[in-house]
Amino acid sequence: MKEIVVVSGKGGTGKTSVTASLAFLSSEAITLADCDVDAANLHLLFGIEYDEGEEFYSGQLAEIDQNECLNCGRCKTVCHFGAITETDGQHVIDQIDCEGCGYCARICPQAAINMKDNMAGKIYDSTTRFNTSMVHARLGIVAENSGKLVARVKEKAREVATRNNSDYVLVDGSPGIGCPVVSSLSGADYVLIITEPTVSGIHDLERVYEVVKQFDLETGVVINKNDLNISKSNEIKAYLQKNNVELLAKLPWHREFSESLAQGKIVGEKKNSMLKPIFIELWKKFKELI
Amino acid sequence: MKIAIASGKGGTGKTTVSVNLAAYMSSKYKIILTDLDVEEPNSSLFIDKENYDKTIISRMVPHWNKSTCISCGKCNEVCNFNAVIQIEALNEVVVFPKLCHSCFACSDLCPTLSLPMGRERVGLINHYYHKKFDLIEGVLDIGQEQAVPLIAQTIAYTDKHYSDDYIKIFDSPPGTSCPVIEAVKDSDLVLLVTEPTPFGLNDLKISVEVMRKLNQKFGVIVNRAESHLNLINDYCQIENIPLITELPQSRKIAELYSQGKLIYRAVSQVENEFEKISQFIEKVRSGK
Repeated sequence: MKEIVVVSGKGGTGKTSVTASLAFLSSEAITLADCDVDAANLHLLFGIEYDEGEEFYSGQLAEIDQNECLNCGRCKTVCHFGAITETDGQHVIDQIDCEGCGYCARICPQAAINMKDNMAGKIYDSTTRFNTSMVHARLGIVAENSGKLVARVKEKAREVATRNNSDYVLVDGSPGIGCPVVSSLSGADYVLIITEPTVSGIHDLERVYEVVKQFDLETGVVINKNDLNISKSNEIKAYLQKNNVELLAKLPWHREFSESLAQGKIVGEKKNSMLKPIFIELWKKFKELI
Repeated sequence: MKIAIASGKGGTGKTTVSVNLAAYMSSKYKIILTDLDVEEPNSSLFIDKENYDKTIISRMVPHWNKSTCISCGKCNEVCNFNAVIQIEALNEVVVFPKLCHSCFACSDLCPTLSLPMGRERVGLINHYYHKKFDLIEGVLDIGQEQAVPLIAQTIAYTDKHYSDDYIKIFDSPPGTSCPVIEAVKDSDLVLLVTEPTPFGLNDLKISVEVMRKLNQKFGVIVNRAESHLNLINDYCQIENIPLITELPQSRKIAELYSQGKLIYRAVSQVENEFEKISQFIEKVRSGK
């Protein structure tokens, strides 16, 4: 079983769409994982109903027991996150600002502060409309720790893939270069970066590639909306050559792309799809590389 | 006044709206644009930069002092993030700065003060001076995983250098978790940029939930609008959310963006749309 992680640095380059098309057009057994837990969208293309899900707890939040609190204010002095405020002599902890470090609870002379486990989100083990498995998650509203939730989604996807005897786990990663991305990349066999020929596309590709390089992972790149700016596309090509990274495919700027997505369809799904052969070719290239 | 430009989904046009709005409004107002998308800051790519200042940004993490440590294990016990680990067999304490949340508990509670807090570099703030308006951007160092401390410091830097009579436009990170919350929580108005696709709608709904939980005033901007795609309009109507304007789907705009150019002057219809955003902001500002 091989794990392929799709990332992009910049958002909106087509990470989710490409992941979906590859999963749809490949003939191998694939388990999908959506690690963009902040803005999970892969399920929208695969006709998934949310079931009960598995609760995911991560970190803690502090809460003051007002019956025990003497309002001495020590908690407020030690909190480095400005989460504790005093109104009319009463101390209250803001659940959004609280970092869950537990410093206040440790030094409260009345032991009036309790640390409660924080439900960060829910994880779902679902079946797609093509009868493949997909593990995905929903981050709680104003919840933290999406990096840890990403790690759990990946762990679960591997369990499901083993159970199903899948050949590949295909992971839709998160944008950016911070903790959710690093979590997405851990344990990957191959990283696919989707970029676009724009000033920001190139800038973000370079930054995310620097992160990928630190993990020493095999990497390939797809340029989406290629003909939008041929000179920027050439700039990307030169950058990849210099860094010895494979350019796997160039996808054209094509109405079919946006039209399919507007209808909630996978690109390459509709009859006489212009883009389908490009994705099939890309997948073939992939299999040879991995 | 502080205005955050945000979106659940990445790539919907936050940066396009931020830089064009800053440029458009700068003819009438005092504007400062701040890029808080510190993982992938792009606003500066669209601005003619002249000279600039660079400030190295760090945060505080503990540094272990072996000579005074009595191996009591208190630090290991108080750290909720597994960032300070005592290895008893070796009489060692190991600090993992990347896991540290800078809460100071280990440092303050160490009985022999053997974990003094010291600086660790997390990134940069670039401050560009521009004829019409200035630009501040936070840039997270590659390899740093926590964006929030840098976002907080970039906002503080902006407030230190620009008084409240400026309109402060914050280009925020994508998503709906900690970095976005840090970027929008102290703003007076949040403009949510979305696109008329099922992805855009799904992520807008999550963003709206977040804004409501944070008690933020907000409105919606639809980017890449097409006349036959009404799903965002319908949603906003049902939810009673102000839909401020719609920027059209256009190859011309996409091409200008790809070259790092502003769009509001080059495409005639678009200037009107930015005027609508400006008027909406003025209404919120004057409390009407």
